Amino acid sequence: MTRYAIDVHGLAKRFGDRQVVSGLDLRVPEGEICGFLGGNGSGKTTTIRMLCGLLTPDAGGGTCLGLDVIKQSAEIRLQVGYMTQRFSFYGELTVKENLDFVARLYQLPNRGKVVADMLERMGLADRADQFARNLSGGWKQRMALAACVLHRPKLLLLDEPTAGVDAKARREFWDLINDMAAEGMTVLVSTHYMDEAERCKRIVYLSGGRLIVQGTAEDVVRDAALVVFDLTGEGIDKVSKRLRGAPGIESATIFGRALRVVGLDRDAMRASLATIATDPGIVTEEVPARLDDVFIHLLQEPTA
Amino acid sequence: MSGFSFNRFLAVLHKETLEMRRDKATIGLTVMLPLIQLFLFGYALNANPRHLPTGVLTGEESRYSRDLEAALHNTGYFDLRRFASEAEADTALARGDVLFVLNIPAGFTRDVDNGRKPAILMDADATDPTAIAQASAAVNALNATVLQRDLPVPLQNQTGGAPFQIIVHSRYNPEAITAINVVPGLIGVIVSFSTLVITALTMTREREAGTMENLLSMPVRPLEVMFGKIMPYVGLGYVQVFLILAVSVAVFGVPVHGSIALLLAVLGLFIACNLALGFTFSTIARTQMQAQQLAQFALLPSMMLSGFIYPFAGMPLWARAIGEALPLTHIIRIARGILLKGNGFAEIAGDVWPMAVFAVAATGVAVWSYRETLD
Repeated sequence: MTRYAIDVHGLAKRFGDRQVVSGLDLRVPEGEICGFLGGNGSGKTTTIRMLCGLLTPDAGGGTCLGLDVIKQSAEIRLQVGYMTQRFSFYGELTVKENLDFVARLYQLPNRGKVVADMLERMGLADRADQFARNLSGGWKQRMALAACVLHRPKLLLLDEPTAGVDAKARREFWDLINDMAAEGMTVLVSTHYMDEAERCKRIVYLSGGRLIVQGTAEDVVRDAALVVFDLTGEGIDKVSKRLRGAPGIESATIFGRALRVVGLDRDAMRASLATIATDPGIVTEEVPARLDDVFIHLLQEPTA
Repeated sequence: MSGFSFNRFLAVLHKETLEMRRDKATIGLTVMLPLIQLFLFGYALNANPRHLPTGVLTGEESRYSRDLEAALHNTGYFDLRRFASEAEADTALARGDVLFVLNIPAGFTRDVDNGRKPAILMDADATDPTAIAQASAAVNALNATVLQRDLPVPLQNQTGGAPFQIIVHSRYNPEAITAINVVPGLIGVIVSFSTLVITALTMTREREAGTMENLLSMPVRPLEVMFGKIMPYVGLGYVQVFLILAVSVAVFGVPVHGSIALLLAVLGLFIACNLALGFTFSTIARTQMQAQQLAQFALLPSMMLSGFIYPFAGMPLWARAIGEALPLTHIIRIARGILLKGNGFAEIAGDVWPMAVFAVAATGVAVWSYRETLD
């Protein structure tokens, strides 16, 4: 039987008259990296906060690490590492002092060594005595991650950890996350980056506070059943505008030399292409859908 | 994680101290502001004013009257001007153009020479008793010596007291408060200003910086956060107290009749009151701006109703009831009592327990209003 690090059902949260999360069911097996996706304001941050006990759900319930999310939120906090979307450490403290503070709050034994090891592992040793406010974006994120995993949590909740961080730092950051997952840590990570979503074992897509799609990247792409045509050759820039809004066509976007046309109804799309993309220089070819096609498709759908 | 952990408290304390120490601007302000306030208020409110405008009405031109005027002038407290009529002098006094009117009656010389010890009336505008207290005292010292040189020989060697009397008649506010001394009161005012405002900002600062979310997600209890955050500022409060006391004694000559140790101990309780209140504001307010306003909202009535600016006994009953609830009222009484009257614990106990009640109640409210979630 699969053991779930997160197993919640019917979670709901309302702020004023805005229903931010409604009827959310989520299961994440232990040791998985789960990508948490969805547009801005889709309820990702609120869900994460409910999972670690920072917000009390209005309805629903379930368990995190086998502990009740409502009654045992204090115990959950001890075993969960939560990295906030906004950098939330003390700028006037050095990297080492920040980690030391966290270690003391968790009352970690052998604190000095734990902090030193973590600095070493995260490549922060050279920056240990820098004030946190002077770190660049990438290093700030890395320090925040170090602080979140210092107490060796079983579950790591990362809220857009790589927003605004350059590609190299993002890749290194993900390597660290992968290493931790390999050691048995369950990771729930929200992101807007496709390449990051593809690195996740499981993807969960939220829209309007509801879970719309979940599964592996392949599952998600397959279930969406999108039809994608790539158009290449002279004249694609002229037809792209006319294709948008044509019957069966959801989007027509130019990526470099190719015009990517996405829709659900193959026959309708073929008909539209046959009437609009008539230029003899244009070559049309059906290609497999990618994850980003699916997400743009999902973002366009009116929220239920 | 239930219960109070001394180690976690120490962690918060250490972190807060580091942050405080590195905030050089705030440290500078907390040291400089009390000094500036002390000098400003100390001199502005507790000055021993000299050269007070004084009117003279004289019923005779004589050597004695000139002696008297010269003597008054020489004290340095009085700048004299002549008035022709009593009506004119009264108007000037009422308007505040002069603070004193000296009335030398006709026949003054004759009465002195005959040994009748005549009385001279000196009207004083006592609306501001501190303003005239020193000057009035100077007048009373004059009687015996002023006419000495010019008296007829038989009277010069008389031992039956002064040849005349000056009676200072306090107008408008006959029960002039004499024991008033602003500086001991200032100790309480300045300490509450800085400690209350600074702690009011500590939690809202965490909230605005986004660090609150992180702090909440870690296993730390409200009391640990509260004490850990407050303690560094207790230390800062004491630095201020030492500064103020030193300047009060060295510069303003405030006497120390009682035990400084007792005063310091009680001031600790007073600081605790302010910090707990500030922490409560800090948990209620959503922004630093709101916290600042709440702090000011508490400080102004404290200043007005504590007896610092206006005499406590002169206030209506309801205002006194509010005043009694304020820690500042009690610390001002205690500070004045210990420094000026040499009071011991027995005399100040009645003002200590209300502060203790306040401190416990404010701590309770602070912990109660501390939210462990972001709801």
